[in-house]
Amino acid sequence: MPTDLSRSAPPGEKTRFWNDPAKRALLFQVLLIGAILLFAGTLISNTLNNLEQRGITTGFDFLSQKAGFGIPLTLIEYNEASTYGATFWVGLLNTLLVSVLGIIAATFLGFVMGVARLSDNWLIAKLSSVYIEIFRNIPLLLQIFFWYFAVLRTLPSPRQSIEFMSSFLNIRGLSMPAPVAESGFNLVIGAFVIGIVLTFVMSRWAHKRQDQTGQIFPMFWAGLGLIIGLPLVIFMLAGMPMHLDYPVLKGFNFRGGMTLIPELVALWLALTIYTAAFIAETVRAGILAVPKGQLEAAFALGLPKVRTLRLIVIPQAMRVIIPPLTSQYLNLAKNSSLAAAVAYPDLVAVFAGTTLNQTGQAVEIMSMTMAVYLTMSILTSVFMNWYNKRMSLIER
Amino acid sequence: MINEQQPTLPAPASTIGLVGWLRTNLFNTPMNSIATIVMLYLCYLWLTPIFDWVFISADWAGTTRESCTSGGACWVFITQRIDQFMYGFYPADETWRLNVTFFAFVALIAWLIWPNLPKKGLVAAFTLLIFPFIAFVLLSGGYFGLEHVETHKWGGLSLTLVLAVVGIVAALPLGILLALGRRSEMPIVRAMSVAYIEIWRGVPLITVLFMASVMLPLFLPEDMHFDKLLRALIGITMFQTAYMAEVIRGGLQAIPKGQYEAADALGLGYWQKMVMIILPQALKLMIPGVVNTFIALFKDTSLVLIIGLFDLLAIVQAAQNDPKWIGYATEGYVFVAFVFWIFCFGMSRYSQHLEKMLHTGHGSRA
Repeated sequence: MPTDLSRSAPPGEKTRFWNDPAKRALLFQVLLIGAILLFAGTLISNTLNNLEQRGITTGFDFLSQKAGFGIPLTLIEYNEASTYGATFWVGLLNTLLVSVLGIIAATFLGFVMGVARLSDNWLIAKLSSVYIEIFRNIPLLLQIFFWYFAVLRTLPSPRQSIEFMSSFLNIRGLSMPAPVAESGFNLVIGAFVIGIVLTFVMSRWAHKRQDQTGQIFPMFWAGLGLIIGLPLVIFMLAGMPMHLDYPVLKGFNFRGGMTLIPELVALWLALTIYTAAFIAETVRAGILAVPKGQLEAAFALGLPKVRTLRLIVIPQAMRVIIPPLTSQYLNLAKNSSLAAAVAYPDLVAVFAGTTLNQTGQAVEIMSMTMAVYLTMSILTSVFMNWYNKRMSLIER
Repeated sequence: MINEQQPTLPAPASTIGLVGWLRTNLFNTPMNSIATIVMLYLCYLWLTPIFDWVFISADWAGTTRESCTSGGACWVFITQRIDQFMYGFYPADETWRLNVTFFAFVALIAWLIWPNLPKKGLVAAFTLLIFPFIAFVLLSGGYFGLEHVETHKWGGLSLTLVLAVVGIVAALPLGILLALGRRSEMPIVRAMSVAYIEIWRGVPLITVLFMASVMLPLFLPEDMHFDKLLRALIGITMFQTAYMAEVIRGGLQAIPKGQYEAADALGLGYWQKMVMIILPQALKLMIPGVVNTFIALFKDTSLVLIIGLFDLLAIVQAAQNDPKWIGYATEGYVFVAFVFWIFCFGMSRYSQHLEKMLHTGHGSRA
């Protein structure tokens, strides 16, 4: 059937603008911007109205006012005379503290569990999958509550503390001896830094030598000796410039030493156990993603099992593991905001909780809090993009 | 005859049956044998007391804490309060409405996931478009002679389900729009969609809920008031939309380019192309992802306790502070954990099953 093309688009006749996709798109976008501006405008004018009615002045002036409340765990100098601005930093540092502790522990546990799930020992593999299936299917908040209210809250009072290795476990937390540095300890820190630098230089040299001669240098043991052994020797030579500050029961509580508060422990345990279950799955998927041929090729080349793992499997698995792993880390950091439920003084509990209740500056405080988490997530995705670019296979 | 075929010998006794299985799976190397024995011992050490606590020396029957004498778990605490844990403070005479809504919803979902049932499209449309209104009328009341039940009386598992289901159902259409926006060729639409998705995905749900409870009232005109549940639902929906959009985008990207080009070649417009060609294929691929986000949301609904709603976890938490039942926190948590686990594990198994079904004929990768 012959089609008369000229009928559908007669030459010379102008297309109506609503039939031109480019113009229609432009119009649509202008309308969208208009709608968004209108929406934002209404919100802002409503907000200003409401704030005026409640007698709240907008702006960030409140940050320099005196806070007047105490915080049980502070990494920086803070007391009741400090400002609301200081509560922000205290909360942020506490968030980072529990996130970093959680990330370290969850990585360790997650890798162990992920590898265990692939074990050729049936019992170990099954136990690991039971762990994974149980803990990732129970809400994190419930796990935090369990550790806090059902486990740590039932510990004895300070007077009946459980004592082990001069540490005391009770309802107020775990009091441990704290190391206190004396003069001369700087030498040990210096030795530690030098050890790291030397290890780095040496590994470069060992690599080069292996490339040229094929000889393998026992880099792991040398590095261990330099990073741990060297500072230890200096520590002994300097006459052990450190003593321990032991916690002592005075009145109703322990003084001295350092105390892990139960809120931190509960949050840390729950975050670790929950996130590790997800990390284990990531690790398993990463290891399974290494093609079997790679292993067979390595064995055919005569590489021993340990070196096959270290040189063939792990580098290839890591490329698959690291992107989801970083997003698990980010999830952990975001989940640490559940601290508010057990009153661990993190950013959300202290700043978006107490400070917001006292000042009523909802808009400013929520924006600052959300900005912190957004910054974390943007930094993570920048890292991931960089990593993916660096690690992407260069194909022919 | 010398060259006669010999009868096939049975496999050595040590390689078949239980012994063979044990030798290949548990005791194949000395290291593994040691590991197995150590693990068995640890299991014995930990699991027997737990088993004993949960089942053997637990108390099941009774009405007060005096019935709990054996030293094991006191399930009387749960059985005495099970109605509250399920229905919250919903009037006892009206709980049939919750049951009807729940079972109707389950029936609809069962219709949708059971293979080979007719008219799935109609049922899906009914579930997504009409059923929410029926459910609202049934739950909230105020029409057709049903008693009005204010939302602050809602609670327990039914509230958890309401939050999760409303969150996911409302997020689905919004997520589709955002995902299409993110893949749009219009730069401003794309930028707006990306900004929305990345902002909501970047912040924790708890800050969103805080925002919904303290900032949302500021955004509204003076004479407008949302109750707590509605504010939480708005927060959850906005949050969930961003995650849903990413799931849908994944589904859209999985559709081969040829499908888009074929639709263009047929002269279909944008919406015709999306609604008739792309989305029907993409939505099918997305179901496992949607189920996974639903699992995450289902677990996350427990956070509403922080803004003062009584979902399953919050109501059990509150019940533990009842002077009559103090000291039974563990039983309460184990019960809540069990309920959540059943739902989440069941759904994750279903989504894995779907993934397997959808991955047919894509090579030999296991």
